[in-house]
Amino acid sequence: MTTRAAPAIVPNFDDDATTGRKLAIICSKGTLDMAYPGLILANAALGEGVETHLFFTFWGFDMITKSRMNDLKFTMLGNTATHLPQGIGGLPGMTAMATQRMKKQIAEVGVPEVPEFLEQIVASGGHLWACRMSADMMHLTQDDLYEGVEDIINAADFIEKTAGAQLLFI
Amino acid sequence: MPVTTIAGRDIHVDDEGFLAAYNEWDPDLAKQLAAQIGIELTDAHFKAIDFLRADYATQGETATLRRVSTLGGIPTKELFTLFPKKPAKKMAYIAGLPKPHGCV
Repeated sequence: MTTRAAPAIVPNFDDDATTGRKLAIICSKGTLDMAYPGLILANAALGEGVETHLFFTFWGFDMITKSRMNDLKFTMLGNTATHLPQGIGGLPGMTAMATQRMKKQIAEVGVPEVPEFLEQIVASGGHLWACRMSADMMHLTQDDLYEGVEDIINAADFIEKTAGAQLLFI
Repeated sequence: MPVTTIAGRDIHVDDEGFLAAYNEWDPDLAKQLAAQIGIELTDAHFKAIDFLRADYATQGETATLRRVSTLGGIPTKELFTLFPKKPAKKMAYIAGLPKPHGCV
């Protein structure tokens, strides 16, 4: 049965509601599996018109370090969610194998690798920030980092830039 | 399924207002739908819309933003300019398709 409705039914894209909404995501992990949650949520938020800032710190620095960002790994060790005996994870070559398998699964659902994902986030208007303390500890400068990273800033700067934001720590 | 009237035409929509029948769409209706959400369509808009329509016809689901940029060849940045703030949903609406379900 159909019902007639007037006035016209038009989706409410609620542009005004998202104006002023901000999301801050702190990426602190450097494993392949833990790189994705922040990237996927950032991408989703940007697609909804939400101003989004990502702060890379500690191991999360690997996600934006040119020499490492293509080579994040996934290990079964310490991860009971694989439901396999932990001893297997420690055998030579297992981390490489698990990594390849996960990369394949990610590619199969049409999700890009980390560098390309960052490129998409920047193209969507996302902001990437690197942690000052991590850069100093690892002796890295802006030249060592992905081009889309706007600056190396300290924690206080990040807190200031994300005033009023909803915050995720990953 | 609700029926709504856009520019004198009765069209079937879902509860939010996205078109529910693929064949009730044509480029003239696209212009009217776009006007409802404050967008004036140009050839650049139609390039994205045409891709979305063609892709839906073969895939059975609405392309995500990433698919439009990688397969449709329209840079992400441009999509955000053409369909401000919520490009994936706005494109889908104007193209007469359901909202995309994919995450990326």
